[in-house]
Amino acid sequence: MIGYLVRRLLMVIPTLVGVAVAVFFLIRVMPGDPVVVKLRADGAAVTEETIEAERKRLGLDQPLAVQFKNYMVGLTRLDLGKSLWTGQSVAEEIAIRFPVSLQVAIMATLIAVFIAVPLGTLCAVYQDSWLDNIIRVLAVSGLAIPGFWLGMLIILGLLYFFNWLPKIGYVSIFEDPVTNLVALFWPALSVGYRYAAVVTRMMRSALLEVMREDYIRTARAKGVYERLVTRRHGLRNALLPVVTVVGLEFAFLIGGLVVTEQVFNLNGIGKLFVDATARGDFTLIQGLVLLIATVFVVVNLLVDLLYAALDPRIRLT
Amino acid sequence: MLRLSLVLGAGALVLAGTGVAVAKTPKKGGILNFAVVAEPPGLDCHAVSTFAFAHPARPHYSTLLKWEGDVSVQKIGGDLATSWDVSKDGLTYTFKLFPNVKFHDGSPMTSEDVKASYERIIDPPPGVISARRALFQVIKDIQTPDPTTVVFKLKSPNASMLTNFASPWNCIYSAAKLKEDPTFPEKTILGTGAFKFVEYVKGSYWRGERFDGYFRENRPYLDGYKAYFVKSNAVVPGMLGGQFDAEFRGRTPKERDQLVAGMKDNALVTEGPWVSNLLFTFNVTRKPFDDVRVRRALTMAIDRYAGSENLSKISVLKYVGGLLRPGYEHARTVEELQKFPGFSKDIEKSRAEAKKLLAEAGASNLKLKLVNRNVAEPYTPGGIYLIDQWRRIGVQAEHTQLETKLYFDAMAQGNFDVLLEFISDFADDPSSQFDKLLTKEKSSRAASGHSDKEMDRLFDLQAAAVDPAEYKTRIRAFEERALNQVYSAPLLWWQRIVVRHKKIQGWDHQNNHFTATDLVNVWLDE
Repeated sequence: MIGYLVRRLLMVIPTLVGVAVAVFFLIRVMPGDPVVVKLRADGAAVTEETIEAERKRLGLDQPLAVQFKNYMVGLTRLDLGKSLWTGQSVAEEIAIRFPVSLQVAIMATLIAVFIAVPLGTLCAVYQDSWLDNIIRVLAVSGLAIPGFWLGMLIILGLLYFFNWLPKIGYVSIFEDPVTNLVALFWPALSVGYRYAAVVTRMMRSALLEVMREDYIRTARAKGVYERLVTRRHGLRNALLPVVTVVGLEFAFLIGGLVVTEQVFNLNGIGKLFVDATARGDFTLIQGLVLLIATVFVVVNLLVDLLYAALDPRIRLT
Repeated sequence: MLRLSLVLGAGALVLAGTGVAVAKTPKKGGILNFAVVAEPPGLDCHAVSTFAFAHPARPHYSTLLKWEGDVSVQKIGGDLATSWDVSKDGLTYTFKLFPNVKFHDGSPMTSEDVKASYERIIDPPPGVISARRALFQVIKDIQTPDPTTVVFKLKSPNASMLTNFASPWNCIYSAAKLKEDPTFPEKTILGTGAFKFVEYVKGSYWRGERFDGYFRENRPYLDGYKAYFVKSNAVVPGMLGGQFDAEFRGRTPKERDQLVAGMKDNALVTEGPWVSNLLFTFNVTRKPFDDVRVRRALTMAIDRYAGSENLSKISVLKYVGGLLRPGYEHARTVEELQKFPGFSKDIEKSRAEAKKLLAEAGASNLKLKLVNRNVAEPYTPGGIYLIDQWRRIGVQAEHTQLETKLYFDAMAQGNFDVLLEFISDFADDPSSQFDKLLTKEKSSRAASGHSDKEMDRLFDLQAAAVDPAEYKTRIRAFEERALNQVYSAPLLWWQRIVVRHKKIQGWDHQNNHFTATDLVNVWLDE
């Protein structure tokens, strides 16, 4: 197990280096000059001389090979460079926003799991009943309704019915848990609904498949109570594909909540990503892509470890 | 709801609504909460040009001069300067400063700090960006005969000099700090403004608190302020939900109506013309746009009056005007504009003439590519209106909206037939508003590619005028040539609609969104 962990962690390094190299060059293929946008977007009469001076200050006048070398050397020191737009450390810019996105992702996952696993189980156990049909309609609705639109409906509903909105501005959960949870519950709900829909359907189909296995029939034949058959024998095996889906969805949420963050005005990674792309802030985009790649790699590893915990047949070697 | 319409050029505000406003005694105290729909790209006043810096950060700084008063009475007044004198030849500007001005760290501010700040603008040291350097190259020397006097000597007269001194970006920094580290302002906010810097949480908010050592007596009124960084679509729900009480850049007519409907009697709306417009620029390096008949035809096809009436209902596009903001003392009136291509009120006759011109130029079935920014307001309605108007004379236009950086790329490389551009300045200043219409050799912002040196010559003449009557004549001469040659043509000037909670008093609605941002006179009536 330890050996497996070490090997997987070592594999992370070439994966991330590959991502870093790819994103460095791909971004620079994108047309557009971030310095011009930075200095002229508001209509100011900035001279070419000033633009050149800013390019020089940001190191953008250097040959691509030099910029690449500086970038890779920086990465070895875990230095992601400085934002072209603000001049602040990329790591700092990300660190300010990461907790928001992480918390929304965690809350959405919890909402999804605590709703979806029981509902999906009910659907499978009472297959084709009225309960199954209702839950499936809700699940399909969750897939069909865009999360950001649901978010807008939530905001309008809160305003219309209660003349109230969650506080703008992130407060850490350690500083004021009530304000924090009240503010982030709504975006987590709007994202969690779709998330729950995906997991519900996966839970239902996975459990239905497992409940048709021979060992389940054997357990029933031995007189085991049906509830026990489902919980102890069926559910645990059905959770394997569900864990995969939950893991993938969680990783996606970290940088993928772009529109939801716009709707709820959350200062998260998605919003930072959009702003960085619109401005052509190369260094920030590089840092964000590396962050998301890291999240995916780590989540995949955790999912694999969870597999081993859930299914004793799986040995990590 | 109290609604104030600021009548163009008039000397008084016109009030409409629940009653006539009675002058109130300002109250001290309170925290002003307002929204800002973009974040500052940096902390150095001299390097930036965006309202995203002005709104949260200007309250920390002072400048020599500033714009004061509502748009109908707006004029240049003193900020750090108590008075100033301009020599008859226009070559010497002498400013007397307030005594006993302090920086927020308690250190005194003197004329040496003003000198150091301006020297940094004029000749920035390596690693420092000065976005308006070109505007101040005319300054030959800066003298400080005593701690409260600063004298600027110019190389030649410059009609825009006072306006340039009133730029909201000429923040006065500490000479001592600049000497230690010329990049000091990029990292630290230290000014002489009415508010001290408290904190800036990126992506979230900016806070300032009253500076008790401020040099103006009994100011500021507010205890502090908090600027929330939000996306534009969050302003209406944020104000309706009571998160903040104002957004000072400007809203669309629809947002105004939503806010008024939601806030009811608490909404105070002020509207007026904006020193911002949309103008379309022809790429004269491409045929047939090198032919003045084609350019004239394309501007003559546009019914600006109908556009003003209809677009003003759905966007900030509103006022018909020439190259200067309607209402500005040197701007041509609508009647005076009638004789120029594109401003006739008889649109049918104008379009018939346009078709004739196109036929003469051999461009009857013209197809063109209009490049525009992919910013919804007001670029999208402006672009759609243009292509619709051109269709009326048989011109097929492909409307391409590009992301900002791709847009600037297309502009720089001349990759367009017609470009929908914008002007957005902090003051009525012909030199600023005319800058885009020059040759590329003369102006870094010129996109047309024309080589009309006469335009450059006329520009230099108006920029150097000292006598007010001569100034007006020269401005008119430039505008006349520009409107006849049509390298660029104005579409419509914008309307600035600001909705705030009625408790916010003392805030001046000016003709742009960069000035009147120091919050010195703002107070809360609660």
